[in-house]
Formats: sequence, C-alpha cells, structure tokens
Amino acid sequence: MYEQIARNKRRTFVMLAAFVLLIAAVAVALGVIFKAGVAIVPIAILIAIAMAWTSYFASDKIALAASRARPADGPEYARYHNLVEGLCIAAGLPKPRLYVVDDPAPNAFATGRNPQHAALAVTTGLLEIMNRVELEGVLAHELSHVRNYDILVSTIAVTAVGAVALMADLGMRFMWFGGRSNRRDNNDSGGLGIILVILAFALLILAPFAAQLMQFAMSRRRELLADVSGVELTRYPPGLISALKKLQGDQAVVHHATRATAQLWIESPLERDEKTEADGSKKSNWLNRKFDTHPPLSERIAALEAM
Amino acid sequence: MFIVIIIVVVLVLLVLFAVVTYNGLVRTRNRIDNAFSQIAVQLKRRHDLIPNLVETVKGYAAHEKGVFEAVTAARSNAINAQSGPPQAQAQAENALSGTLKSLFAVAEAYPDLKANQNFLNLQEEITSTEDKIAYSRQFYNDSVLGYNNKIQAFPGNIFAGMFNFTAREYFEGDPGEQGPVTVSF
Repeated sequence: MYEQIARNKRRTFVMLAAFVLLIAAVAVALGVIFKAGVAIVPIAILIAIAMAWTSYFASDKIALAASRARPADGPEYARYHNLVEGLCIAAGLPKPRLYVVDDPAPNAFATGRNPQHAALAVTTGLLEIMNRVELEGVLAHELSHVRNYDILVSTIAVTAVGAVALMADLGMRFMWFGGRSNRRDNNDSGGLGIILVILAFALLILAPFAAQLMQFAMSRRRELLADVSGVELTRYPPGLISALKKLQGDQAVVHHATRATAQLWIESPLERDEKTEADGSKKSNWLNRKFDTHPPLSERIAALEAM
Repeated sequence: MFIVIIIVVVLVLLVLFAVVTYNGLVRTRNRIDNAFSQIAVQLKRRHDLIPNLVETVKGYAAHEKGVFEAVTAARSNAINAQSGPPQAQAQAENALSGTLKSLFAVAEAYPDLKANQNFLNLQEEITSTEDKIAYSRQFYNDSVLGYNNKIQAFPGNIFAGMFNFTAREYFEGDPGEQGPVTVSF
C-alpha cells in the first residue's frame, strides 16, 4: 500500500513534467505560426509552470466548481457525514470536506491535493438510491482514492488537460481569424518555414489527444485498486458489490460531467456503449477502450466477488 | 588509520540506524495511544446518547421497564469499566451493545415511535457511533499489529528491548463470539 502511494507521488511529478513539456510545445508551435521567434520559449515555459502550479493548489476548487458541487450542510446529510467520519477513523485520515451535486444520476468523486486538503462529492441521486452499507462502500472507495493520493494525480490531470486543450483551441482560432495576413507578409521564409508551420499546426491538433491519452492511461487501473482498498476499510465486500450493481442498473448520465472530469467519478459519468456492459465481452474496439476512463463495472464486480 | 575510519563510519551508521528506528517506534506507539483515545471518545459519545434514547422510547413504550433498566445498568457498568483494563472495558461495552439491540427490537413493535423524527435521528446517531467504535477498534488493532510486528521482528527487537518498548494488547470483541466451536454428534 505504501509503495503504491509512493509510486503515485512519483507519477504525479512525471506527469506534471510531461504536461509542462506539452504545454511548452504547444506554446512554441504557436510562436512558430505567428512568427514570434525564440523569445516566446522562456515565456511559454513560465506560463506552463504557472499552470502546473495553479493546478496543484486550485485543482480541487476547479473540479468542484465544474461539477456544480455545493457544501453538504444540513440535517438531511447527517448519514453522509457520519459514514465518512467513521471511515476516516478506520483509515486514520482527517475528515475531508463534503459536497453534494444536485443530480439524479448516482455517482461520486474525490478531489484535492493531499488528505489534508481533500474533498468528496456525491450526487443527490446516489444518496437517494443507496442504502447505508452501499453508501458506505462507495464512500470507502472514494476515501481510498484520497489515501492513495489518486486524487492528486487525477485532479491535476483534469486541469492540465483543460489547459492544453484551451491553448490549442485558442491557437487554432487565432490562426483562422488573425493569422492569415501575418503569414502573407513573411512569405519569403522559404521551405523550412513552411514545414515548421505545418509541424506546429499538426502539434496543435494532436496535443489535446495526447493529453487525454495520458489522463486515461493512469485512471483505469486505480479504480480497481480503490475498490479493493475501500473494502479493506469496511471489511464488507457485499456493500460495494451491491452498490456497483445498482450503478450498473442505472443508465442516467451526470449533467455537469465532461470528458475532462470523467475520470474523477466512481463510475463513468458519460454515456457508454451498452453492448460492452451487458455481456461483459469486449465488443468495443481498441481505440474506444483506450479512451475509457473506467474498467467495465462487470469486471470490477467480478474482482470483488473473487475476494 | 584506515581501520579507525571504518570503525567510525560503522559506528556513525549504527547510531543513525538506532535513531531512525527509535523515532519510528515512538511514532507508532503514539499512534496507538491516539487510536486508543479515539475509541474512548466514541464510547463516551454513545454513553451520552443513551439517556436521550431511553427517554424517547419511554414516551411511547412506558411499560417495557425491564429493557430500560437493563440498558441503564449496562451503561453505568460500561462507564465504571472505563478506568479498568481494556479487556474488562471491552466486555462491558459488548454487554451494552447487547442491551441496545434489545431496545431497538422493542422499538420495532411501536409504529408511532418508528415514525418519530427525534427517534430516527437518535437511531442514526447511535448506529453511526457504533460503526465508529468498530472502526476505531479496527484502526487501533491495525496499529497494534504494525507496532508489535516492528518490535518483535529483527532488528527492531534489539532496540525495543534496549529502550523498553513492550508489545501492546489488542482490543478484543465479544470473547464469547470467538470461542472454539463445539460440535456434538
């Protein structure tokens, strides 16, 4: 377990470095296209580092705001608070801040940069359809993400992917609207210049995909791990199994979930290919599976039932 | 000269190792003490909730006197046992859990009581406090397991002996539940 935590911390730094490089590359590409010269490189790297820094300290707030979560205050959330307090005692963790998302689709996620600055959010739908032990299983899964430092990795991925996508998007727009006249003026730069512009153009298109692939590759295996270490807290596998079965039966889609925040949730909040879910076979093609944020629920249930 | 350097280096390494091990043991021991006080906090919370619960149930089922008396007696027993050894404390608390179960079983027979918001809140509080008691015991026992492993396995056992770290006792559940199963044919 402690090895897993250390590995997650290491991975976070590797990932942050990769994102800084990617953001810098996008900035350089923008520089080439707009003929800004070498001067833009240090500026771009500074911007990239600043973005990584922000995502380290503000990512939880961004993720919570993006999913329209509000603090879980009031007597109707007593059970939610009590269950989390109990699990925190079992895990030896400080109690995270608790949030609710007004949405009928049952789902939950954890975010933050470390256990001292963590937050859990559940949808009102989840609180409604789950009984006590099922809710406890789900919350234990989320707390395991907190304990294993998964939240740091995935929350930073969310903001970094967003930053890369935003920059690439801005670059493309500028090219269509403002870039054209510029390029005509400097048409004498010759063959090398044109190749560079084409390369930069390709990089702008590919960067968001690269960022997302990085994000997904890290998210899936840790879901299975969080299931197992969640059960280690409750010592009661049937709770989480029956919760996952309920999630399997429910087809609702969370409204304020996007591709960027998808991997935060306990089950994929987006619409999915029904065929793969129903019989558990791998009918979806390789590329689709690469872009799945979560392993199929049937696989997760089978893993828990084998315990 | 060369040999002196080697001896010094080895000594320094040994001292460093001793310091690290000692600090690790102190940290784990403090975590156990903290975990133990967590159990006490949760137990006290349950003791505080019980009079409220008894009063609420009395309002609907006044004639179930025996149950109330049993709960009240078990509660004061448990409070008295707090100054005793963990083993006696665990036994008194388990007895209290048993009487609470029969109190909630009695409540099942009174639909008005089961619809009372105050009762429902108390039931939620007591259930979650019992969960927390179980979880704090689990955390305590996990911590004790880690600590005992550290001081009994080599090379921790050398330092543990030198600095007087002794193995801790587990917080056991109901001893009757864990007895050997007797099967008769």
